Amino acid sequence: MAKKPIGPIRRDFAPWDDPQARPYIEFRNVTKKFGDFTAVDNLSLKIYEREFFALLGGSGCGKTTMMRMLAGFETPNAGEIFLDGQNLAGVPPHRRPVNMMFQSYALFPHMSVEANVAFGLKQEGMPKAEIAGRVEEMLSLVKLQDFAKRKPHQLSGGQRQRVALARSLAKKPKVLLLDEPLGALDRKLREETQFELTDLQQDLGMTFVIVTHDQEEAMTMADRIAVMDKGRIVQIATPSEIYEVPNSRFVADFIGDINLMECKVTARDGEMTKLHAPLFDCAIEVAQPVEAGIGDTVWFAIRPEKVRISFDEPEGPANRLSGEVWDIGYLGDVSIYHTHIAAEETVRATVANRSRTVERPMSWEDKVWLSWDRDAGVVLTQ
Amino acid sequence: MRKGPSWFNVTSLVLGFAFLYLPIVLLVIYSFNESRLVTVWGGFSTKWYVELLSNQQLLDAAWVTVRVAFFSATLATVLGTLAAIVLARSGRFAGRTLFSGMVYAPLVMPEVILGLSLLLLFVAIDQARGFWTIMIAHTTFAMCYVAVVVQSRLAGFDRALEEAAQDLGCPPLRTFFSVTLPIILPGVIAGWMLAFTLSLDDLVIASFTTGPEATTLPMKIYSQVRLGVTPEINAVCTILVGLVTVIVITASIVTKRQEVLKERDMRLAEAQA
Repeated sequence: MAKKPIGPIRRDFAPWDDPQARPYIEFRNVTKKFGDFTAVDNLSLKIYEREFFALLGGSGCGKTTMMRMLAGFETPNAGEIFLDGQNLAGVPPHRRPVNMMFQSYALFPHMSVEANVAFGLKQEGMPKAEIAGRVEEMLSLVKLQDFAKRKPHQLSGGQRQRVALARSLAKKPKVLLLDEPLGALDRKLREETQFELTDLQQDLGMTFVIVTHDQEEAMTMADRIAVMDKGRIVQIATPSEIYEVPNSRFVADFIGDINLMECKVTARDGEMTKLHAPLFDCAIEVAQPVEAGIGDTVWFAIRPEKVRISFDEPEGPANRLSGEVWDIGYLGDVSIYHTHIAAEETVRATVANRSRTVERPMSWEDKVWLSWDRDAGVVLTQ
Repeated sequence: MRKGPSWFNVTSLVLGFAFLYLPIVLLVIYSFNESRLVTVWGGFSTKWYVELLSNQQLLDAAWVTVRVAFFSATLATVLGTLAAIVLARSGRFAGRTLFSGMVYAPLVMPEVILGLSLLLLFVAIDQARGFWTIMIAHTTFAMCYVAVVVQSRLAGFDRALEEAAQDLGCPPLRTFFSVTLPIILPGVIAGWMLAFTLSLDDLVIASFTTGPEATTLPMKIYSQVRLGVTPEINAVCTILVGLVTVIVITASIVTKRQEVLKERDMRLAEAQA
């Protein structure tokens, strides 16, 4: 498949910002309980046509239940689910125009690769010649033409994943659901497949809904991410918004690495907010209006890669800390400096390893300064 | 460290196998006895096998037995498979414990009681006893064995397979026949073979539920033995033992071969990836 640049095509794609846009999939106040356990709690959600949407969360957060309700394997206790304007209540799984790629791939072990891919088409009553053509098309899409006659157990994990993908795409569904599709693959293969999936979704013009616990997977592929916790959606936003402007400590902590400091609001001046972090004895200035009164407790969050580390004292009275390097984590591409501030508090700063020298300018127990820009961090009130 | 098995182990093994198989070996040997006396060796001969062919009564009994076993095993497999699916799938429902208890009760119920109660039932509803009553009786007690075998096969069944089929547009009933059944088929076949064997060698229940015109082979053998053991009976039993042995060995070789092939394929696939 020809590689296409993803950025330019998707640049203007943001139907969620358009109040006129009609959602393609809509959850309206959906609740699902298993006995006493509430898996999905009064949840509403809109997904738009051609969107690549990710449901992200830890285990037991309800993301898989959401997908299974959409596919028809679970029935909500309350609320409604709409697909393209049609209420899905009472529609059995085999009549829903969505297809799903299962986490375990769920390939039929007694059928060849070919028969697996053809299975859905046969149910439609598609003529034999047409089925053969479509199967070939799908197998070449996932580069498995030479494996048509094999049985699933004669394939490697990566190949099985491709068969599962081909099978779920064969009917050209309007919506494809992917349940942790890359979980069983090794890292290299997973990264490759992530980009292939995004390309595929672009080319076929389908709506993809993916369930994953892997934030990297969600960030690389999705147009929007819904971060879920305990049956509720904590934040729905684009990957960069989720990363740069998390709306709560949960999201900030869940996605990537972050330094959190408990602060008191000391001054509010239009676009500028001044904070004081008592544990760090640090004055902080943030270029962000905050919905909190003077003296309220808020949290200041800053990503390690946005913290500068230096021997020289930075200018200005605010956004700086002095400390002692306590631990250095070498990750190859970057190093993470754990710096002890004051008593027991630690701030992490990431530095890209631009040269190949093993000797780092900063070492354990060095006295250093940490600093950051006014727009580098965010204030969290939740 | 000693490498080989100890004398104690070897002796136990020999004694154990002797206890189990010596009677059968004796039976087979004496079926080739020239002499009419079962306990005296009179030289090698196959004349009892030839004579067997002209013993119409024994052949009739064998034919009845095979037909009863075939029909009851088939019916028991259908019912037992359905029961196993309900037990493995439906989770908790009102009366589940009672249902599973009733399905499995014949496993531990004394055959005499089973036979007697069935006889009483057939008498009460004024059902003429014969071929069909034996078949129904065998179905009831073989069904639970099938249920056990099929349920163990279903325990390892990934339900996502059925969901995948339905997700691809296959209605539930067709899903059962095109996905579920082919995958649990080895268990179903094993259940059928077990039911067939159980029916083949049942004496007690068949004696209770039979009528004048239907005599099964075990009943025939038993009644003849009471008049004195003849080498003819030995010959029949040898044929039965041979038949069962061939079936069991074939089945296990086929299964083993499939497993080995599958494992080799899987290793090959991973190596090529």
